[in-house]
Amino acid sequence: MTREEIFNGVQDIFRDIFDEDDLVLQDSTNADDIEEWDSLNHINLVSAIEKEFKIRFALGELTALKDVGAMIDMMVRKLK
Amino acid sequence: MFSYPLDSTNILRKKKSLKKELLSQNKNLIEKNIAILGGSTTAEIKNILELFLLNTGTKPNFYESDYNKYYEDALFGNEQLDTFDPDVIYIHTTNLNITKYLSVDNTNDDINTLIETEIERYKSVWKALAKFNCAIIQNNFDFPIDRSLGNLDFYDIHGKTYFINQLNRLFAKSAREIKNLYINDINYLSSYIGLKNWFDKSLWYQAKYAVSMHAIPELAFNLSKIISSIFGKTKKCLVLDLDNTCWGGVIGDDGLDGIHIGTETAIAESYTAFQKYAKELKDRGVTLAVCSKNDFANAKEGFTHPDSVLSFNDFTSFKANWDPKHQNILDIAREINIGNDSLVFIDDNPVERDIVLSQVPSVSVPNVSSDVIHFIDHIDRNGFFEPITLSADDINRNKYHEDNKKRTNEEATFESYDDFLVSLNMIAEIKTFSSIYLDRITQLTNKTNQFNLTTKRYTVGDIENIKANDDYIKIYGKLTDKYGENGLIAITIGRLEENLCHIDLWLMSCRVLKRDMEFAMLDELVQQCKKKGVINIIGYYYKSPKNNMVADLYKRFGFTKIHGDDKDTVWKLDIENYANKNKFIKVTND
Repeated sequence: MTREEIFNGVQDIFRDIFDEDDLVLQDSTNADDIEEWDSLNHINLVSAIEKEFKIRFALGELTALKDVGAMIDMMVRKLK
Repeated sequence: MFSYPLDSTNILRKKKSLKKELLSQNKNLIEKNIAILGGSTTAEIKNILELFLLNTGTKPNFYESDYNKYYEDALFGNEQLDTFDPDVIYIHTTNLNITKYLSVDNTNDDINTLIETEIERYKSVWKALAKFNCAIIQNNFDFPIDRSLGNLDFYDIHGKTYFINQLNRLFAKSAREIKNLYINDINYLSSYIGLKNWFDKSLWYQAKYAVSMHAIPELAFNLSKIISSIFGKTKKCLVLDLDNTCWGGVIGDDGLDGIHIGTETAIAESYTAFQKYAKELKDRGVTLAVCSKNDFANAKEGFTHPDSVLSFNDFTSFKANWDPKHQNILDIAREINIGNDSLVFIDDNPVERDIVLSQVPSVSVPNVSSDVIHFIDHIDRNGFFEPITLSADDINRNKYHEDNKKRTNEEATFESYDDFLVSLNMIAEIKTFSSIYLDRITQLTNKTNQFNLTTKRYTVGDIENIKANDDYIKIYGKLTDKYGENGLIAITIGRLEENLCHIDLWLMSCRVLKRDMEFAMLDELVQQCKKKGVINIIGYYYKSPKNNMVADLYKRFGFTKIHGDDKDTVWKLDIENYANKNKFIKVTND
C-alpha cells in the first residue's frame, strides 16, 4: 500500500467521522485544526483506522505524534 | 442498517450522517428522556444508542452522568438529573465495577458477606432511583477476560467467574421482585459476540471504555430492544410462508409424504427446529399466521404430517390462496385487528419478500435468505418479539383470538346484531384501579393505538400516582362472555378540576370492539362523576396515524363539539340528565 493510498483512506475516515465530505487533510493537520477533534473523537478515529487497515497501535504509540503526517508515516512502516 | 446482522464498522464510522438521515426520514418521532448512569465511559454508547432509538421512532434526550458517577448520581441526587425527569434510566456497569473479589485467604463465610456487600450497593442504587418512577435498565455482569485460576475460576469459591455467577443470580432475583427493573443481559451478549471481541484492554486503559468499540453497536442494539419493549413497540404476529419455510419441499408437488419435516435428515431437522421455535413464540403469546401461495386444502394438509410440530389450529389467520402476498398480509392484519407494523413476515423467496416490503413497508420483512438455518437468527437477533414480562394476558392472547373466531362465526347466524350481543351473556367488571392490575394497565396505555382517544402513554409510576390521587377518576374494565374471559381491556382516566372532568385517557383493546363495552365504561364514569359533583365531562380526541376509528366516539356518546378542527377536537357532555347507555352487559362495580 502506497503512502498516498493510506493517506486517502485516512482522509475518508476523517470525512465519515466528522461528516464533512469536503474535508481535506494535510500532513501538518493536527487536533487544533479541526474543532470537533477532541479526545473522544480521537478514540473513534483511531478505532476506525485500526479496523480499516487491520492494524493496532501500541499503547502510547500515538501520543508522541505531532500531526497527521507523522501518523501516516508510522502506518506506512506498520503496513510494510 | 440497524438490524441483524449489524455492520458495526459502518455504524460507528458514519454515525453523524446516519443520524441526519434518520431525523429527516422520520417525522413522527416521540421524545423520551433517557438517563445514562455509567460505571465507565459512555459517550459512544450514547451516540450509537441514539441511532437505534431514532430508527424505532423514538427521539431520545439524554442525561449522561460524569465518568463513573452512577453510584453518586443515584444515591446523593443531582439537581440536573432531578429536573431531567427520565423515562428510562440505564445503568451501565460491568465486571470492572466490582469493588472487591475474594482473596485466597478468605473462607467460605467471607464470600457470602462479600456477595452481600456488592449486591447491596446495587440494591441501594435501585432503591434511590425508585423516586423517578421510571424504567431502570441494569447491566448484569460480563466475565473478566483473564482468569488466573483457569478453569477452576468457575467453581472454586475464590474464583472471579464463580463470584460473578452468584451476583448475576441475585440480579435476576431482584429483577423478578422489583417492578420497573429490567436486566440488560451483557453476560449473554458478550458470550454471543465472544469475550475477546467484547472487551478491548487497550481501549480500557486509554479511554476507560469497558466494552470494545466493535461491541458498542451490539450493546446499543440490545438496549434498544428492551426500550422498544418497554414502550410497547414489540411485534405481535409472526406470518409464515409454507413451502421451504415451514417444511422442506413443495406440498402441492411433493405431497404429504414428500415434504421434509421430522428428524430423518438434516434438512428435515432444520425445518423441525424452526417450527419448534415458532411454537415456543406462540406458547408465550405471539400470534401466528400463514401467508402462502398454495391450494388451501394442500396447505392445511401439510400440518397433518405426523412429525409436524405446528398444527393448523396454532394459526390465528391462515391465508393459502393465489392472491398476491401483500394483499393477504393486509387481510391478516385486519382479521387479527392489529396494525401492519405489528407483523413480521418470514418467506424463503426473495421475490415475495420484496413484494411485501415494497407494498406494505411497515411490515418487518427480514432478509432471511433461502436457507432455513438462518430463519431463527433473524427473528431472535432482531428482538422483534422481545418481551419485558410474561404476563398471563400475553400467554392467553391467542386464546382470546380463538374465542373471537367462534364469536364471529356465530354472529352470522343471528337475525340482528342485538340478538347476537344478548346471546353472548356478557359480564363486565368495571372498577377503580387496584394494585394487581397496574402492570397490565401500563402495558395497555403503551400498546393501544387504534381505540385510543389521546394516545397518551404512561409509565408504571404515573399510573401508581394516579391510583393514589383523589383528583382522578380511574377505572378499568374486564369483560367475560360465554366463550371465556377477555381480560382487562378498557381504561378511562378522568382528571377532576372543580366541576369538570377532563378525560385524559380513553382506550379499549380492539379485542372487544362492537360489544358496547365503551357504553358500560361511560355509564360508570358518569356515575362516579356525579358522586364527585361534576357537571360537565370534557372529552379530547387527538388524531394519530392509527386512531381514526374513534374520531366520532364522543359524538356517538352524545357529547357536543366545543372546538377543534379536522385533527384535534374537544367535546362536552352535560351529565345532569344522563341516561345509561349500556343494554347488553351485566356490570359489577366497586
